[in-house]
Amino acid sequence: MFCSPAILGLLAFTLYPALASLYYSFCNYPMLKPPVWVGTANYRTLFHDPVFYKSLSNTAYYAVFATPLGMIVAFLLALLLNQKVKGLAVFRTMFFVPSIVPMVAGSVLWLWLLNPQYGLINTLLRSVGFPEPGWMADPAWAKPALIVMSAWGIGGWMLVYLAGLQDVPRDLYEAAEIDGANLLQRARHITIPFMSPHLFFTLVMGFIGAAQYFTQAYVMTNGMGGPVDSTKFFSLYLFQNAFQYWKMGYACAMAWILFIVILLFTLLLFKTSARYVYYGGER
Amino acid sequence: MAASVNAGMPAGSRARLRKRALRGATYAALVILGTAFTLPFFWLLSTSFKPADRIQHWPPDIIPMRQVTTNIDGEIRRVYSVKRPAGARAVPAVTIIKRLPGNRAVVYPAGRGFTVRPATVNADDLEPVVKPGITWSNYTRGLVFIPFFRQLRNTLIISVVSVLGTLISCSLVAYGLSRIEWRGRNTLFLVLLSVMMLPYQVVMAPLFAVFVKLGWVDTFLPLTVPTFFGNVFFIFLLRQFFMTIPRDLSEAAKLDGCSEFDIYRRVILPLAKPALAMVGLWTFMGAWNDFLGPLIYLVDEANYTLSLGLAMFLGQYGSEYGMLMAVSTVVTIPIIVLFFFTQRTFIQGITLTGIKG
Repeated sequence: MFCSPAILGLLAFTLYPALASLYYSFCNYPMLKPPVWVGTANYRTLFHDPVFYKSLSNTAYYAVFATPLGMIVAFLLALLLNQKVKGLAVFRTMFFVPSIVPMVAGSVLWLWLLNPQYGLINTLLRSVGFPEPGWMADPAWAKPALIVMSAWGIGGWMLVYLAGLQDVPRDLYEAAEIDGANLLQRARHITIPFMSPHLFFTLVMGFIGAAQYFTQAYVMTNGMGGPVDSTKFFSLYLFQNAFQYWKMGYACAMAWILFIVILLFTLLLFKTSARYVYYGGER
Repeated sequence: MAASVNAGMPAGSRARLRKRALRGATYAALVILGTAFTLPFFWLLSTSFKPADRIQHWPPDIIPMRQVTTNIDGEIRRVYSVKRPAGARAVPAVTIIKRLPGNRAVVYPAGRGFTVRPATVNADDLEPVVKPGITWSNYTRGLVFIPFFRQLRNTLIISVVSVLGTLISCSLVAYGLSRIEWRGRNTLFLVLLSVMMLPYQVVMAPLFAVFVKLGWVDTFLPLTVPTFFGNVFFIFLLRQFFMTIPRDLSEAAKLDGCSEFDIYRRVILPLAKPALAMVGLWTFMGAWNDFLGPLIYLVDEANYTLSLGLAMFLGQYGSEYGMLMAVSTVVTIPIIVLFFFTQRTFIQGITLTGIKG
């Protein structure tokens, strides 16, 4: 009886829509008319759709750069904060607060910071004589712009790492120091292994998040994914198909491909994780 | 202590020196990175308080500036200075009386003492005279431009109802999954867990079709009603928390004649306050920040949430940076205030899910 909301919710908001979605993915479904079975036509069209491949490669680009960059920045911040610094709370707040800024507000802010002519970032670059990228106005720089922006909102991962660092046994460092291990060796042989579950967790979350990256790209390009499709990420193209072109069947086919990609990727990461993730005494 | 570094120095003292250098480097890095992370906020606020004519000015004003004005015969006039070749006599501040064709302007001294006669100068040589000062017009105009208070109300309604729905449904389900034994319990739990993997995009289109049939599009219902049917992630979190509450408490309550619902309400919920606070906080933040949901379901501007309203405002008036920054500021501030009041819940929540997730 207590679980009835979950069972109802599961049926109404997940199971039924998931099955319907699978069915629609084999249909021509322009929303206003009822769905018509077309077999694998949607999938066949997808595999010949250049924009589909573009959106896949954009998403892969974002995932491959944004996730490791975020992990490195967050790890560096956590390491710095773990040095028993004075004013820890102040610094921690400074690094964390950007991550809770509403995504739309953050996107609007960064669009202004990245403005090629008047933005703060190019102003700073100009004053030290560096070249000034066009950022969101330049197809070559739009994705790097979004990746830089993503590193600003990495505070949550920093907290995850910080909590993990506090669990690394102190005496190991002392023992290593006595044995003459330098800073890098200690990081390589103590910190990284002990932190590997946290790093692994953020890696998985980062990839899943990147696969569904949508809001910032939508807001900053007014829903277009421009310039020249350079920020047309998978989820953005999916949304366009569903709610701008009203090709629901096509969008559902994309959604199932997305699900399968995420599933395979997560499985792959978990299968290989035994090799590089160290779970203390648990396993 | 102040000995120079040399080979004859005792090892302990050298290590101490190195440690001190490392500490210095740590603080330097923290200050540099802290500045880099804070600068965008500073720029957000600074821009939001600048008048339109100073926002796209080169070099940019670091703190908000505004043009000096003067009152001449009851009329407020902007004050300029006239650029002159180096070494020339300084010219007092002037105001523009009349613009002439060919980029010329007739100017008049702005100060008192009408000893200098009106002069005609090249308009390019006029430079606004500015002083630090805050301009509120971005806020007063921006908050009217989008129906801000209406959208704030919408956002609050959706967020608060979502929090209520999530807290009620998730705690009930988590209770059923953790404190009561029944057949099929573990199966349901496993099914719920596997559902966590399903991306929203998969169910997005069919759900939309359902809500269209129900006539719920452009109402808050598609955004709030599902929260009353549980959220797998939060159910999972609460279940883990409920499992840690000793069984003896339930047994004792049962002996006192409590029903399962009494136990849930009087024993478990009060003990689970920290976990519930965390779930409530996150649901609130999620609803406040949500963009995709409102984008799909809300059509009329009067029904928009703040996030959607801000995005639409950006789409229409992308170059009104002053107003955009003002609206972004007021959308962000409630969340930051909320963070400062609930910091501990927040940080515990993230580290907890980070490890258990």
